[in-house]
Amino acid sequence: MSDQTKTMAGGKGLGAQLGGHMRESGMMMALVAIVLFFTVILRVVPANPIDFLSAQNITNIFLQNSYVIIMALGMLLVIVAGHIDLSVGSVVGFTGAVAAYLTVTLGWPVIAVVPSCLLVGLLIGAAQGYWIAYWRIPSFIVTLAGMLVFRGLTLWLLNGQNIGPFPRAFQSLSTGFIPDMFGVGRPNMTALALVTLAALVVVYVGWRARIRDAEFGITPEPMGVFIIRNAVVAAALIFVGWKLASFRGLPNVVIILSVLTVLYAFFTENTTTGRRIYALGGNEKAAKLSGIKTDRLVFLTFCNMGVLAALAGMIVAARLNSSTPKAGAGFELDVIAAVFIGGASMSGGVGKILGVVVGALIMGVMNNGMSIMGIGIDYQQVIKGLVLLAAVIFDVYNKSK
Amino acid sequence: MALLEMRGISKTFPGVRALDNVTLAVEQGEIHAICGENGAGKSTLMKVLSGVYPHGSYEGDIVYNGETMAFRGIRDSEDRGIIIIHQELALVPLLSIAENLFLGNERAKGGVINWPETMQQTEALLRKVGLTDAPATQVGKLGVGKQQLVEIAKALAKDVRLLILDEPTAALQENDSQKLLDLLLELKAQGVTSIMISHKLNEISRVADRITVIRDGATVSTLDTADITEERIIRDMVGRDMAHRYPDRTPQIGEVLMEVKGWNVWHPDQKDRQMIRDAAFHVRKGEIVGIAGLMGAGRTELAMSIFGRSYGRNITGQVMMGGQVADTSTVAKAVAAGLAYVTEDRKVLGLVLEEPILRNITLANLPGVAQRGVLDKRRESAVAEKYRRAMAIRTPGVFQKVVNLSGGNQQKVVLSKWLFTDPQVLILDEPTRGIDVGAKFEIYGIMNDLAAQGRGVVMISSEMPELLGMCDRIYVMNEGRILGELARSEASQERIMALILKNNGKAA
Repeated sequence: MSDQTKTMAGGKGLGAQLGGHMRESGMMMALVAIVLFFTVILRVVPANPIDFLSAQNITNIFLQNSYVIIMALGMLLVIVAGHIDLSVGSVVGFTGAVAAYLTVTLGWPVIAVVPSCLLVGLLIGAAQGYWIAYWRIPSFIVTLAGMLVFRGLTLWLLNGQNIGPFPRAFQSLSTGFIPDMFGVGRPNMTALALVTLAALVVVYVGWRARIRDAEFGITPEPMGVFIIRNAVVAAALIFVGWKLASFRGLPNVVIILSVLTVLYAFFTENTTTGRRIYALGGNEKAAKLSGIKTDRLVFLTFCNMGVLAALAGMIVAARLNSSTPKAGAGFELDVIAAVFIGGASMSGGVGKILGVVVGALIMGVMNNGMSIMGIGIDYQQVIKGLVLLAAVIFDVYNKSK
Repeated sequence: MALLEMRGISKTFPGVRALDNVTLAVEQGEIHAICGENGAGKSTLMKVLSGVYPHGSYEGDIVYNGETMAFRGIRDSEDRGIIIIHQELALVPLLSIAENLFLGNERAKGGVINWPETMQQTEALLRKVGLTDAPATQVGKLGVGKQQLVEIAKALAKDVRLLILDEPTAALQENDSQKLLDLLLELKAQGVTSIMISHKLNEISRVADRITVIRDGATVSTLDTADITEERIIRDMVGRDMAHRYPDRTPQIGEVLMEVKGWNVWHPDQKDRQMIRDAAFHVRKGEIVGIAGLMGAGRTELAMSIFGRSYGRNITGQVMMGGQVADTSTVAKAVAAGLAYVTEDRKVLGLVLEEPILRNITLANLPGVAQRGVLDKRRESAVAEKYRRAMAIRTPGVFQKVVNLSGGNQQKVVLSKWLFTDPQVLILDEPTRGIDVGAKFEIYGIMNDLAAQGRGVVMISSEMPELLGMCDRIYVMNEGRILGELARSEASQERIMALILKNNGKAA
């Protein structure tokens, strides 16, 4: 094996060896580099050193960014299908308002509110997807209209005021932690066990894929790179898990996030429907003439986006512990930026779930780090904009090479 | 004196040597025709000349007006008065004639357009090419014939010295073609030199002074039109006996597999325009059936309307598969009924170019490599590998992106995709368009194999020799009708043309 690796290394450059893995590995390295950067700088620069990787801050990063990641999963499908959804920020606001209205004003139990809100999201997605898929109205226009409509409806439903607070059960959607089932609290043994298990699964799945690639005659990434990459990922997972366990345990949101990420990664890579969405985005006419019901797929991606936006809406409302008319404003831009930083292509057909999650985390970590450093919102926006631009330029440059 | 000499031009694309040491000499003031089969390299040669393929991307020299040229782009060649009019017209349909004529070449001072001058010059140019339309007319509202004349006027606006026309009459009606040819002769009288790429031998002998025949990317001969016969041109173009251009096959023809009856289709946008009229045809087991016709005869529209109503509206008629009425109202249903359609335009309609070979091969039959909606990637790659071997797709592996393959190999990927749906009848629309000669032979071999497996093959082609060489029967289409059918033994280029022309006469 090592001989073979060496001969290949002799024949091709590092980029060629990494091949298809280059993009994801590069993204992860960038994320690690950004985390290290903030860790060092926050330790050195301020008068009172701040621990960027404290359990509290790690928990915060997840709580602050969960909604972006959740919506980015759906947005990836929309963008892969060759469309865009600008309405998600307003849908977050609206479904949050619906949740507040049902729970606080009408006094519905949480068990009924959650599915009702998801249903509202589904209907919103269906309403927009209908025009986009079957009437061929450009998604940019339909969802721009949706952005205005649902922001307006949010104001109307809330009467321009905040509604809150939510009952505990609803708050736990965002700020709850899974209880320790076989420990005494600190460190939280359940959290540790789950994270270690997850790390093992990640390594095992990677190993299986590597063996399968070799069987298919795909040049695998060099053994060294594979080991380092997996070691870094596993170490990062266990480190984060340890930190979280020593604080309050795993937030519910992290569980929701992880489950959704795995589900969507599986869906995009291993199911016929997922594959068809990529084909549709890559060449709609060819997909159609291959017997794929492209209209229905587009419709479904928007339905799915609506449901995820509703979930995000509830999480945001639960975290703020009230519904506000401004909730979710501008979220669509964070979500779309995360998807493009994650390697999706504007023209459709390209992009991976893992890339998008890492892209969202890069944005999230930068937000968090820059806020702690006390960088003003003005500079933050500039820097985030430049990072987005740089990521896409990097992609285009790589492709043209 | 030779105005233009192209010496030893060679141009290679990944996997294909498109031009191999081509030589071309064009005299000042002549009309020089270039002839050759599809894929012989005519268009590539013209793209080299006009700088679309810049200096350095090919070998050899371009000597123009006694100077060696190194064009870096189309702008450079246009500055020297070399203007090319492509097969696909380069007009902006929503702009006016005047705006199109001076696009990129505006009559302006400091970026401000001088409209009176523009309109005046437009009128003068239009008069030169024999158009009477107002300069402010939207180009999209003109017919193809007039658009072609606008293109020529646009070339004149740039002080053309060498005008290159790539199949200028391919999309034109007879009288529009005549007008265009007359105009070429008139321009010649005014000292404009022209190069005309054409398949139409009668047009060539009417206007051209000399003719250069290109075959398989190399110059075969340059002759005075006065000295040569059509037979000689054809022999030079084809270069070998018909018998050896098509693989041998012993047809084993069985019962009727597919029958289409009373098929009518209307244009998708123009409500009163009927595209297909009362068409009927059938294919038998093990049979290769051709559909001949000129461009715009309705062959692609017929095929696409049958295949899941992918074209047209108000479609009426019956499709029978194996004696039963089949529902082909959506592509998925047509595929389920045992039909496959290989599109004319591979890149736009047939392939997801940025995806790997294997994903393209399984695209039309994903359930064939999945269980309850979950893909079995091992099975998928085995399937792709199987077709890669069977079709001899030349590639390092099935994970290569399709965009990197040559035309012939791309076509094999499309064929693999449809074979994986196990169709009874395949409709192949121009299956060898844009493919080099060697790959064509392979595609013919694959078609013969399909027939030998007991499938029915319908072949739509504009290349009559190909239809005559491959098909057991040939239907002739014109203006949306199937005019008749010819058995292999009675079919000939003349008889097919005679059927079409007789019909044209009737319509007029």
